[in-house]
Amino acid sequence: MNGVVSEAPAIDVTNLRKVYGQGHTEVVAIRAATLRIGRGEIVGLFGPSGSGKSTLLTAMALITPPTAGRIAIGGQPVMDGSHALVDARAFRRQNIGFVFQKPNLIPFLTALENVQVALEINDTPARQARQRALDLLGYLGVSPRANNLPDALSGGEQQRVAIARALANAPSLILADEPTASLDGALGRQVMALFAKVAHERRAGVLVVTHDHRTLDVFDRILDVEDGAIRERDMKDGMGGEAIASAIYEP
Amino acid sequence: MNLAIRDIRHHAGRFVFTTLGVGLLLMIVMGMGGIYRGLIYEATLLVDRLGADLWVVQGTTRGPFAEISRIAANLEDRVRVVPGVARARRFVSHTIQREHNGTPLRMVVQGVAWPDDQGDWVPLVAGRGLRQAHFELIADQSLGLPLGERIKLGKDVYDVVGQTHGLVGTGGDGLAFFTVSDALAIQFDVPGEAVRLERAARRARVEDSDLGRLQPLLVERAAGLSSGIPAFATPPVSAILVTLKPGASEAAVRRILGTWPDISVYSTQEQKDLLLAGMVDKARRQLGLFRVLLIIISTIIIALIIYTLTLDKLRDIALLKLIGARNRFIGGLILQQALLMGACGFGIAWCLGFYLFPFFPRLVLIETPDLVSLGLIVLLISTLASLLGIWKALRIEPNTVLAV
Repeated sequence: MNGVVSEAPAIDVTNLRKVYGQGHTEVVAIRAATLRIGRGEIVGLFGPSGSGKSTLLTAMALITPPTAGRIAIGGQPVMDGSHALVDARAFRRQNIGFVFQKPNLIPFLTALENVQVALEINDTPARQARQRALDLLGYLGVSPRANNLPDALSGGEQQRVAIARALANAPSLILADEPTASLDGALGRQVMALFAKVAHERRAGVLVVTHDHRTLDVFDRILDVEDGAIRERDMKDGMGGEAIASAIYEP
Repeated sequence: MNLAIRDIRHHAGRFVFTTLGVGLLLMIVMGMGGIYRGLIYEATLLVDRLGADLWVVQGTTRGPFAEISRIAANLEDRVRVVPGVARARRFVSHTIQREHNGTPLRMVVQGVAWPDDQGDWVPLVAGRGLRQAHFELIADQSLGLPLGERIKLGKDVYDVVGQTHGLVGTGGDGLAFFTVSDALAIQFDVPGEAVRLERAARRARVEDSDLGRLQPLLVERAAGLSSGIPAFATPPVSAILVTLKPGASEAAVRRILGTWPDISVYSTQEQKDLLLAGMVDKARRQLGLFRVLLIIISTIIIALIIYTLTLDKLRDIALLKLIGARNRFIGGLILQQALLMGACGFGIAWCLGFYLFPFFPRLVLIETPDLVSLGLIVLLISTLASLLGIWKALRIEPNTVLAV
């Protein structure tokens, strides 16, 4: 396993609970979820629709505050219950990268500018941002398309640019929400391989929410979400292994 | 990297057409201000150019620019002997509309007190001043009368001997300068039949009187030229223009003239104030209201298009928020677009106005302070117009981008 790390985990979630509504309309989206993703580790998060994957993702992304529980990112406590301990947006800017099902590239910016904008938002000087964006596009193999608008890129190229954007500010955590859902099998595998490469080479913790069982082999660990609870799948047992409730990965 | 410009480049067509529309609206706003300035300029031009220190007009009236003023022409001689007065000139001004070469011709007839005043103060662009007592005129170019052109007014034919440029009356009609006697002849010209009937009537009235029966020669006189009848007053003029001696006290001269009950006396500034307070003030208010309406319309148009552009990129804005963009970055993007639209609209307005306004029938005078103040207004309305878009952008939740 490549995820053996000594520094603070990319993310540490403890007893996270999210409840929508109250009284008769109360819906428990996440029960007491606990998980830890180390730096350099790629983790797959599987689960059926409505199981709470997206809620967990938005809570980890500091977009939706949980009802209870604690979140620490890169060793820094960021949420205590519904109370944010940091400026969420500024923290996201510097520490979290996002990749979505759709690449969500800004249509009026070129591939290069889509990456550059993430750097400039984080106050990187323009020239430096441009060079780093070019480097990242090169790293992900799309530098020849740097000056193309998203419309002119293939689905795979767009997703690579989106990954480059997620990597722009060297985040300790990358959250990917079904990044291969709109790609065909071969492209999906390429993209997932890139995530693994990013995790292992760039020392980022990567959590990939996915339904795509064809790419299981790229994950260091697999978590299943069901009825708001997280279970770690036994990798030796393949897809049908015993689940460990609220498992914490300890390298 | 400037996202505002890149977005505009992406939606170039919509931006260009909207900006063109805003530019046309702003051009009208600019033009209305220019029309008002032009009105003031044209209205006060003649008063300024005549260079009088005092205007003597019919008693209890406000002078020829406010209402009809008629005073005896020989008042000129009375005024001239007042201590401190260097010069007194008769002033005649009236508007006529005649036909020339088959088309209507409207002009403001100005009488100058020839030979004292030969119109040498009139700014000529061609030709010369009035060098003879009759049958010459100086015409403004707006009248379309070239040098040497002959025009029949009343019973006489006049030669165009000089030309001016941009000299028009308060109504925008070109000025034409004649000697006072010619101006009066044009003003009081009546058809021959009317003259014959008037003479016959006079003859009949004198014949019916004892005096007429005793003095047959008087009957002949009454039936002759009206200028040959000593009892008839000289034709009235509009005003007497007074020029003071150097160092003479205006107040002292006014004090003396103020004791004459048949006249009123105004300074040049008072004449201008009366002129502006009367005719121009209503036009100013009218134009002002239109300008306010057009500015409001421009604001709404800019606001709507900026709002639409913002709606188009809500998902991008949500993404920017998700990856950590500050509110001022997002607000700045929208504000910059609104300001750019306003600035481009202003530029279009200025360029179009620069080339189009000279073709307008009345003077459109664009002055730098007006341009600057309109620029500031555009800045303000662009900022206001961006608020709706900024409000919408700031309300969007970053997790919107997660929705497929």
